[in-house]
Amino acid sequence: MMSFISYLLNGLSLGSVYAIIALGYTMVYGIAKMLNFAHGDILMVGGYTAFIALNSMGLPIPVAVLVSMAVCTLLGITIEKVAYKPLRQANSLSVLITAIGVSYLLQNLAQLIFSANPKSFSSFVPLKPVKLAGGQLTISGETIVTIVTCIIIVTGLVTFINKTKAGQAMLAVSEDKGAATLMGVDVNGTISMTFAIGSALAAIGGILLCSAYPTLTPTTGAMPGIKAFVAAVLGGIGSIPGAFIGGIILGVLENLAKAYISSKLSDAIVFSVLIIVLLVKPTGILGKKIMEKV
Amino acid sequence: MDKVNVEKQKIFRSNLITFGMVIAAYIVVEVMMKTGNITSLLKGLLVPLCIYSILAVSLNLVVGISGELSLGHAGFMCIGAFTSATWSMLMKSSSMPEGIRFFFAILIGAVSAAFFGFLIGIPVLRLKGDYLAIVTLAFGEIIKNLVNALYFGVDAKGPHFSLEDSMHLNMDGGTIIIKGAQGITGAPKNSNFTIGVILLLIALFIVLNLINSRTGRAIMAIRDNRIAAESVGLNITKYKLLAFTISAAIAGVGGVLYAHNLSSLQALPKNFGYNQSIMILVFVVMGGIGNIRGSVIAAVVLTLLPELLRGLSDYRMLIYAVVLIFMMLFTSAPAFMQYRERIMTALHGKNKGGKEMD
Repeated sequence: MMSFISYLLNGLSLGSVYAIIALGYTMVYGIAKMLNFAHGDILMVGGYTAFIALNSMGLPIPVAVLVSMAVCTLLGITIEKVAYKPLRQANSLSVLITAIGVSYLLQNLAQLIFSANPKSFSSFVPLKPVKLAGGQLTISGETIVTIVTCIIIVTGLVTFINKTKAGQAMLAVSEDKGAATLMGVDVNGTISMTFAIGSALAAIGGILLCSAYPTLTPTTGAMPGIKAFVAAVLGGIGSIPGAFIGGIILGVLENLAKAYISSKLSDAIVFSVLIIVLLVKPTGILGKKIMEKV
Repeated sequence: MDKVNVEKQKIFRSNLITFGMVIAAYIVVEVMMKTGNITSLLKGLLVPLCIYSILAVSLNLVVGISGELSLGHAGFMCIGAFTSATWSMLMKSSSMPEGIRFFFAILIGAVSAAFFGFLIGIPVLRLKGDYLAIVTLAFGEIIKNLVNALYFGVDAKGPHFSLEDSMHLNMDGGTIIIKGAQGITGAPKNSNFTIGVILLLIALFIVLNLINSRTGRAIMAIRDNRIAAESVGLNITKYKLLAFTISAAIAGVGGVLYAHNLSSLQALPKNFGYNQSIMILVFVVMGGIGNIRGSVIAAVVLTLLPELLRGLSDYRMLIYAVVLIFMMLFTSAPAFMQYRERIMTALHGKNKGGKEMD
């Protein structure tokens, strides 16, 4: 029983990381209608920045986190302006390929600068593990912080979108770009802001991921990026609560499958669940049904 | 009626150019090989060039002609590779002539990949757009994951399967053929450049003929307007599934070539993972979506590019990435397209640019 709870908590923690990354995916998708394949690599950049800020520059942890977020925000906005914005009217495949190009670019830049050798990432969470049930159950500080951070981010984001003018502008742009422009919404600014928020979240996701799994390589972001993408689709791409639910389901499922079924087949199990869910609900758990007009 | 004939002739000529291009490239390379004017690096790339061209042509059938974004093509390649290599391993010690054995290997690879394409296609093709993309990606990863965990051996009592380890096979002597993550070692090296080119020509023949047939026009009609196509009585599922299955079969053949080109075959993320699928998609998009000849050219150029840049060692993949981004911006961004149009008009006078030469 205790081991089950422990697996479950680890799954929740991993799921929270997926959820944080998936939020960025889903927001960008909702507003720009593009699959930002470079999102996972922004996470990697966030990890490296935090690593340097903490270990080489000796900055305190909160400052290192902020620096990492700032760098990623800037990077996200720049990528959008340079690589995606000129292609806004082009077909979606060209943007997809450009995003893949950006992903290659970031990975190879990181490899040039930091080499392919893994860096051992020192945890950003100074909390000691909590022991419960007479020492039978140990919850690491990273687990607690990750789960709490995720909940804060999701509630913050939902409030931001529903209660502020900028958030409403985001909703408007994602619903109908043309109408939003006519209503005086600054579409370009809103899209930039979406990329900024998504990238800052990726930085947080990267730091939390590397704190829990402390190896950092130029391809660290690739697989979590894909998993987060799966999580976003599972929950219904474009929906913020959907990304949260999708991320949590994916993380828990992955950890439980690893523990109880087969460690080798956990990916296959996770992806199978995605397929089954999509076949039953083709737009994800919380996705909106798209009406088709003739 | 005349117009139809002119159109037919145009298509015929275009197809002829495509075949001629491949054959010409083949002759040039053969002459270079005979006269010893070829580096060992390029020699090693000849079969991969055929493999990637075949894969690009097959994916273009799904992405360009059928209009569905598939990110799991490497999975079909994986199935073709592993089934055919298993066959070759089983028949290695038999008296079957090598040529016939390899012929059957190609057939088995194609048929099993087609079978999985059909099986996956039935549920998947109900989805649309990005959802289809993610599900095909998921299928590709599942196939890679399963193959990585699969153990397969044969003894006197027949075949044994296990997803655990070689102990669970309960073998009574015999040989273990697929050893989980270690894959298959010692598959015969039957692939060569000539066979690769022949298979590429066959793939081109199949796809180009399909496009210019009644079936192909139906598939394209569904791509352009599904509802209109349905309303004139086209069976959407049938045609989509047909394109998907044929494409999977051709990808399987690419896998057969791949498996018989190396002495050890493993399902790694870099050869059968989503990265590979994306790589093939890059060929298709760079070559021009729906343009079969372009797929072959892009596959060749983009496979050679990182190798030609080898002198720049660490910077080569960086340059590759930058080239990718700029090519996409240059060919697809409206602002760049206007700019290009202006240059073309300036160059050709009144002629509106004619064919684009990217």
